[in-house]
Amino acid sequence: MAVSAIKEYKGENKDRVENFHGAQLLYIGWEDHLMFCAPFAFPFPPQMRFGDVIEKVLPGTYGYHPDWARVDWSKVEWFKSGQPWTPNFNRSLAENGLGHKDVIRFRTPGLAGIGGSCS
Amino acid sequence: MDMKAAPKHKMGLKERYAAMTRGLDWETSYQPMDKVYPFDKYEGIVIHDWDKWQDPFRLTMDAYWKYQAEKERKLYAIIDAYAQNNGHLNVTDARYINTVKLFLQGVTPLEYMAHRGFAHVGRALRGPGPRIACQMQALDELRHAQTQVHAMSNYNRYYNGLHDWRHMYERVWYLSVPKSFFEDAVSAGPFEFLVAVGFSFEYVLTNLLFVPFVSGAAYNGDMNTMTFGFSAQSDEARHMTLGLECIKFLLEQDPANVPIVQRWLDKWCWRGVRLLSLVAMMMDYMLPKRVMSWKEAWEMYFEEAGGALFKDLARYGIREPKCMQQVRLEKDHLSHQVWTTFYNYGAAAAFHTWIPDADEMDWLSQKYPESFDKYYRPRMEYWREQAALGNRYYNKTLPMLCQTCQIPMLFTEPGDPTKICYRETSYLGDKFHFCSDHCKEIFEYEPEKYIQAWLPVHQIYQGNCFEPGTDPTAPGFDPLAAVLQHYHLNFGRDNLDFEGSEDQRNFAAWKGAVTRNQVG
Repeated sequence: MAVSAIKEYKGENKDRVENFHGAQLLYIGWEDHLMFCAPFAFPFPPQMRFGDVIEKVLPGTYGYHPDWARVDWSKVEWFKSGQPWTPNFNRSLAENGLGHKDVIRFRTPGLAGIGGSCS
Repeated sequence: MDMKAAPKHKMGLKERYAAMTRGLDWETSYQPMDKVYPFDKYEGIVIHDWDKWQDPFRLTMDAYWKYQAEKERKLYAIIDAYAQNNGHLNVTDARYINTVKLFLQGVTPLEYMAHRGFAHVGRALRGPGPRIACQMQALDELRHAQTQVHAMSNYNRYYNGLHDWRHMYERVWYLSVPKSFFEDAVSAGPFEFLVAVGFSFEYVLTNLLFVPFVSGAAYNGDMNTMTFGFSAQSDEARHMTLGLECIKFLLEQDPANVPIVQRWLDKWCWRGVRLLSLVAMMMDYMLPKRVMSWKEAWEMYFEEAGGALFKDLARYGIREPKCMQQVRLEKDHLSHQVWTTFYNYGAAAAFHTWIPDADEMDWLSQKYPESFDKYYRPRMEYWREQAALGNRYYNKTLPMLCQTCQIPMLFTEPGDPTKICYRETSYLGDKFHFCSDHCKEIFEYEPEKYIQAWLPVHQIYQGNCFEPGTDPTAPGFDPLAAVLQHYHLNFGRDNLDFEGSEDQRNFAAWKGAVTRNQVG
């Protein structure tokens, strides 16, 4: 629907990719680990290797959790916009088909947070 | 000059109301009335007879000034006495003062915005009855903002986090939630504003905002906050009545208004519910002496009172807001999810956070038998153990936010508290994300409006939340520190855990000085 207004109403998208100085936003959530209260937002260059996100960035984000050290990356299930998805760790974000403001989640089978409470 | 003789008899209330709220304006001759009032038709609301608007209080301006002046005199006498007697040392615990900080940062600026909103709407409506009611409400809201600032300045002398609330309101991440709520309302048309603020907020939800804060103050020895609460209460009662009057007026004027009003009710009840998640955590976590649980307040003030209200409105063809089912499912989880979010981001909040003590956790288990022990106690106990080991959790990665309510995506799927609720849509080739179906629907109805959202996380990543001259490419650049500087938030004083805070130390020392003798 158009905004009801007394004349033509045009909004400016504040979060166009051009506004992020060469980066694009990627949102990442770890299923069953709600001690991290919400998924995270990251500004990454699209040329960044996907594996570098996992190996170099996420430890700083998720490392506080005792389950983090036990994650077996060969068993991790990935989702993009909620649909099953398979990333290639050696390809870039762009080559993995990740665009600005895409949301991905990962599930770590066997790991369900503090005392299995999804915390 | 000819002057008519003053009427001989003293006018009764009804007559006086008619004399002072009707026939005050004139029909313009050289400009069409639609140009004088350009805003009161474009939303599609049809008004046939503006005089059908009746203020149930029949309040006129002369009486208004008299009542308000009397209230002010009483209020300031008590605030002065409170200051002179070091009333701040009578609160239950210094943790309590964080609710005052939250109020000053997040609610008082809304009073001011409500003032602006009602002043604007008053100008926009061509019927003098509602125009005058809006004018008085605009003045009330301005008075509330002012008395709150004065009352809470008592605390600013002694405690951290209250020093720059106005600056923070425009910048700090969690304050974008109340700010964007009100900006959405004031940038809508005048009738939507009335339904949003006058009815949905002031009528349907106000008890859930004011009663918890004012009773919370009473339970926790904060005479100061209690007093401005009481001083505002009679105004609030009038606002509630006007909110209801406004809805009935719109619904009775024309059947075409019903679907428009219904859509606004769906939207604004939901937006209000999301905004009140701050109150939920305040009630269950921040008051050292609890009044009642959020869930109990919700059931009493929303499900019972609101349920009766919507039954009453059914005769106009209005049904209860769409979000009712979802909020019923959320009431067991809301306060816990919100408080743990602030615990996560305790380094970036201008008030203190903490883990509830053992007794408080038992209270939570008792009030939330379905949810607390199963889902929330484990994470809190883990954090408590870690804090005792010197490893207090501070989340330093910025969260994903909902495009509409701007709250971090902390809410879980309705019916499944183990899964975050993700919703997304595309507009003109860009993706947008939401915490719920309701926020998504609000966006999809007016995407041109919500693509303009100033989302704090994205603004930080765009480099718009640093002080002028900051170089984010400099070696060792600490983005969190730079953002807090921009917020005027003093690291180590305003933020972090309550345990070990300056507020905690000072309160203990001052209280000690009052009750004990100094030796040496």
